Amino acid sequence: MSVTAPPARFTADPGATLSPHSYLDVAYEDKLALWEEVKADDRFADYLYGCYECGICVAACPSAKFYDFSPRKIAQAAAREDVELIYEQMNDDVWNCSQCFSCNRCPRENSPGGLITLLREVAVRNGLGTAKEALEGYGRVVYKIMTTGTQISPDMLQPDAFPDWGPDVEKTSDNLELWRRALPPETLHTTEMSWQVSNETLIELYLIWLHSDVMDMIAEADEGLHMIILDVMEETLEDAGYEV
Amino acid sequence: MIESTSIPLSAIRKPPLPNPADAPTEDIREQLYELEEAGELIVQRVPGPYIEVMTKYGRTKKIPEQMTWHHKSCGQCGHIPGYSTSIFWLNRQFGMNYVDPTDQTSCTAWNYYASATSNAVAQAAVASRNFAAAYETGYFPMIHCGTSYGHYKETRQEIVHHPELRRKVRDIMAKLNKPLVVPEEIVHYSEWIHAMRDRIAKKQVRDFSSITASIHPACHYYKLVTEDAIYDPDIYGGQRTATVTGIVEALGSTVGDYSTFFDCCGFGFRHILVQRDFSRSFATQRKIEIMKEEANPDVVITHDTGCVTTLDKSQFAARAHQRNVGVPVLSDAQYAALAMGAHPYRIVQLHWHATDYTALLEKMGIDWEKAWVEFEGDLKRLESGEIEYLSWEDADAK
Repeated sequence: MSVTAPPARFTADPGATLSPHSYLDVAYEDKLALWEEVKADDRFADYLYGCYECGICVAACPSAKFYDFSPRKIAQAAAREDVELIYEQMNDDVWNCSQCFSCNRCPRENSPGGLITLLREVAVRNGLGTAKEALEGYGRVVYKIMTTGTQISPDMLQPDAFPDWGPDVEKTSDNLELWRRALPPETLHTTEMSWQVSNETLIELYLIWLHSDVMDMIAEADEGLHMIILDVMEETLEDAGYEV
Repeated sequence: MIESTSIPLSAIRKPPLPNPADAPTEDIREQLYELEEAGELIVQRVPGPYIEVMTKYGRTKKIPEQMTWHHKSCGQCGHIPGYSTSIFWLNRQFGMNYVDPTDQTSCTAWNYYASATSNAVAQAAVASRNFAAAYETGYFPMIHCGTSYGHYKETRQEIVHHPELRRKVRDIMAKLNKPLVVPEEIVHYSEWIHAMRDRIAKKQVRDFSSITASIHPACHYYKLVTEDAIYDPDIYGGQRTATVTGIVEALGSTVGDYSTFFDCCGFGFRHILVQRDFSRSFATQRKIEIMKEEANPDVVITHDTGCVTTLDKSQFAARAHQRNVGVPVLSDAQYAALAMGAHPYRIVQLHWHATDYTALLEKMGIDWEKAWVEFEGDLKRLESGEIEYLSWEDADAK
């Protein structure tokens, strides 16, 4: 099914079927454009085959037990191409997903989690305000993975960042450099990255980021973070003789 | 006390072996060979000797014994380094030839599933770069992280099924002067442990027969591209993945079953970093408390970075709320290493874990106080400059 115009029920009485968070100030055409971007992704056809409404995905979903969240509604909205609801989900629901893919046990072989991956990606690429909000406080992790090639580092274990993990975090933090030297594998002696990554490897990683549009996505999500990451990459690449 | 709702393991009847010809999913390896024949990519073959295991639909998967390129895990190396150290230690105990490379990046999938600040081309290129780096050494990728394993399987399917994506990735690889390489099998380290479990049990020096262990299988191990996970008709009648349970049984421990076996740990990727109220609640109320009520295990054994982290670290805050928690959490690698006599601090590095593990060590017959004094002695040698790093030889010193 191809959607070219708003479904009648929305044009006739939009407010009647929409929730209070339906983003009525956003033009339908803009919402439709985002949905078309989701559908254009090569992976979309692998993630949606229809929906029995059996609810197996909801029963398996950890986020559904904690939030007002339903993977079944995600699959159904996508199957119906309910552009208004999809836009609402893209803003209010997708960041609740745990991305565990328990919903992949769907008897129709849908992947609501996969659909959410695509919805999130489009939300980030288009700089949606809710995506920026969801990523607030997450910038340091994006910085770490993009510049060091490892997601987290031992020196992230700070008591103020993990107060709920108990007093051992402070003990680890206080002894970090010493405890890292007490690890037999040589690659683990670092405190600033998960393991030692060679400079040549980082250069190759930076070239991947530059040649795969990821930097454009970061710019949409957080302009300041984009500048900082780009500075680190440029310095390393220029030192290695690359023109950026 | 809630009455147990779990099905006794003995009640699971053994069904007939699955016939690969009836598998509902494709065998991606056949398409890989076709693409290789067409000159589109290189398929890195599993080096011999290898061990053959059965996957979900009855297909055979090859697990290399050695010549492995260890694709490390961000969370393991960063915050629970005894996990990675135990994997390497086990390989060394069997004299296996392996590489611990610095020419490896993260798969970057933790960030991808958390923040979506990436895309299919970038993810496939990162995977391909790591695969090519392994291929150049002649060693075969052995994936430590469950998410890397699951994501690489997804990426492999995308590379095979989407020619335009494949072209873009090949173009990026060409800029790096690297070929587009895909391994014949995506192998998780816990599959190596599973395949080696009888040999590990033969080297067991500590009695684990009094220990009850509850198993948590990692979602990204068996829910992503499910047909690649190991199943065994002798374990759960072939109805659940056999990985992890296999080694726990081989070491003589009792498996403490519970009704939320299939639930995730609550890691959530973004949640564990910036929205931990979800992770803490789910890990303790849907996993640890249910295990305690239904199986009362001495330990939880799992096989992924996020699962160990979430299930272990979440218990401190729950204890403050008088919840029924307090079960140590280890990886299968750490459990196997302890069984084979590994030092609890020099190798298994339990001081990086949060939940009290001392009662477990006592049940294993380990004098943890003496072991800690030994480790403190190592730390003094490091502090004084007598040694710069703790070596493998230091770690195995009696």
